[in-house]
Amino acid sequence: MIETHELGKRFPDSERGELRAVQDLNFRCEPGQIYGLLGANGAGKTTTLRMLATILAPSEGSATVAGFDAETQAEQVRRNIGFLSTATALYARLTAEEMVQYFGRLHGLDETLLRRRIDELFERLGMNEFRRRRCDALSTGMKQKVSIARTLVHDPPVMIFDEPTAGLDVMAARTILGFIRECRERGKTVVFSTHVMSEAEKFCDTIGVIHQGRLLAEGTLAELRTRYALNDLEDIFLAVVQP
Amino acid sequence: MKLRDIGIVYRKEMKDTLRDRRALISMILVPILIMPLLTIGLGALTAEILGRAMEEIPKVMILGGDDSPNISAELRAAPDIRVVPASADYAQEIEDKRIRAAVEIPPGFDTALAAGIPSTVTVYDYAGDLKSGLAADRLRKLFRDLGDRTVHQRLQAQHLPDSLIHPIEVKEQNAASPEKTMGQIIGIVPYIVILLCLTGAIYPAIDLTAGEKERGTMETILTSPVARTDLVFGKFLTVLTASLATAFLAVVSMGVSFGIGRELLLSAIAPDQAASFALSINPGSVAAVFVMVLPLAVLFSAALLALALCAKSYKEAQSYLQPLTIVIVVPGVVSLLPGVELNARLALIPVINTSLVSKEILMGTYHWHYIALIFVSSCVYAAAALFIATRLFEREDVLFRT
Repeated sequence: MIETHELGKRFPDSERGELRAVQDLNFRCEPGQIYGLLGANGAGKTTTLRMLATILAPSEGSATVAGFDAETQAEQVRRNIGFLSTATALYARLTAEEMVQYFGRLHGLDETLLRRRIDELFERLGMNEFRRRRCDALSTGMKQKVSIARTLVHDPPVMIFDEPTAGLDVMAARTILGFIRECRERGKTVVFSTHVMSEAEKFCDTIGVIHQGRLLAEGTLAELRTRYALNDLEDIFLAVVQP
Repeated sequence: MKLRDIGIVYRKEMKDTLRDRRALISMILVPILIMPLLTIGLGALTAEILGRAMEEIPKVMILGGDDSPNISAELRAAPDIRVVPASADYAQEIEDKRIRAAVEIPPGFDTALAAGIPSTVTVYDYAGDLKSGLAADRLRKLFRDLGDRTVHQRLQAQHLPDSLIHPIEVKEQNAASPEKTMGQIIGIVPYIVILLCLTGAIYPAIDLTAGEKERGTMETILTSPVARTDLVFGKFLTVLTASLATAFLAVVSMGVSFGIGRELLLSAIAPDQAASFALSINPGSVAAVFVMVLPLAVLFSAALLALALCAKSYKEAQSYLQPLTIVIVVPGVVSLLPGVELNARLALIPVINTSLVSKEILMGTYHWHYIALIFVSSCVYAAAALFIATRLFEREDVLFRT
């Protein structure tokens, strides 16, 4: 489960003195659910997810991920999450298998379990064909599969996706979205940020609209449609951020 | 700190580095090639240039001397110079290297010599030019020999021995051991090893920090449970390994180069001189130099890692780190200056201290109090740099600088 309480992040800014990238953020995501953070570029989505993944420390408030505090129990949080974004690249000179092995080992998996997990994942994702190929020689779709295997190798209960389909072609994006759906089916807690309305419409159980660092609206798609008396998510989004 | 995690990061980074052609060139190829190039290559090139210059029979001009047929004839008959017709612009001819030197014979030279009246001949050459210098040497030798011959004849005519004009003979004998004499010559070697320690560490330090940021793998690794301290140590050990591997290969290459160089030298010189080269480099001293360089390699690795981490891209990191090579050259050159000797103050200055103490060690001198001071101070600097690198890895503004 993921839960945030008055979560905020401030960055020093040379022009403004201080930039409040995220403020007073409260949301909750249960296991077997996909929570979609919907926002424009610069809305605070990446900062929020980086705080959940403990890459950034919150400036105020708190976040609990898989029962651990993101600030004081960062290592335990990272043991229980899989984090995937277009910014999380692969080591070009490692093979697909070595890449997944490296992260499996860092997650403390013993060699027997690691081998079994890798065999399972490579089979399930259809990766055996390029198992021993270096990452710099893989196609975008293949790379995405390696990234997925990397996030799943330790079978984490919480998955965090930061605009995972940005810049991908339809085929590669479909692989990722299929995988996100599968995570929900397996009972994982999934947080997913996007600025693509159709993705949020299709996959998210709960949608949170984030704008200028604040969560301005939250609910299921049906609830948002009723609340704003609009059918299209894009119209709802604009009604929320430009009232 | 978890040793297991440090080991995992280290093994992965080493594998990654060893697959990188650019890292292999700076870590393996450069140190292996630079020593033979500097010793055998440079030596052979110098010998070749010198040999060619010696072989050349230089063109010289005789200025004046029309009334002195004897000296003119002697100059023309000398086998190692070639006399060309005189011209008024001899100075320009020398400057343009069309002739190598000129000699001015004063009027009445032959007569004055026969009468025992001193004369002054002037040799014109191109100062600093090797071939012109050799031509001037040959002219000077010819006149010196003529002078000696004249003195000998005059003494003989008076039935006096040659020793009359040489009442004292000064003989020089080298009192320093061959090891110490060699130490002076090879004083540059520790400096080159230190420089290679730095250059060997530059590439992996950039690749493992700014390179990771640029390629987008920094965020990937930061989402893994590895503690940032363990991550820094794993990366630091990789950079240190590259630095030490570069230095080690340079030392091995240096040993082999000197070995070959010595064999070549021994085959070229007389057997009685060969004994002085028998103890030229002591392997124990080389090992001691390596131990002294160790904390400096730690300092370089940690400092480079910290600096490169502050950059957001590979190019930016290069612009931070490359000038360091020049910064290292300055204390290195200071340590090579004649008369600069180790003292308590210099023992606290990084690079100079290691360079000077290594030079002393290679010369067979062990000032243990300085060795201890240098080792400890270098370790303190290294620990400080490592501490800074670790702290920088904790800073969001450094890791996510855009």
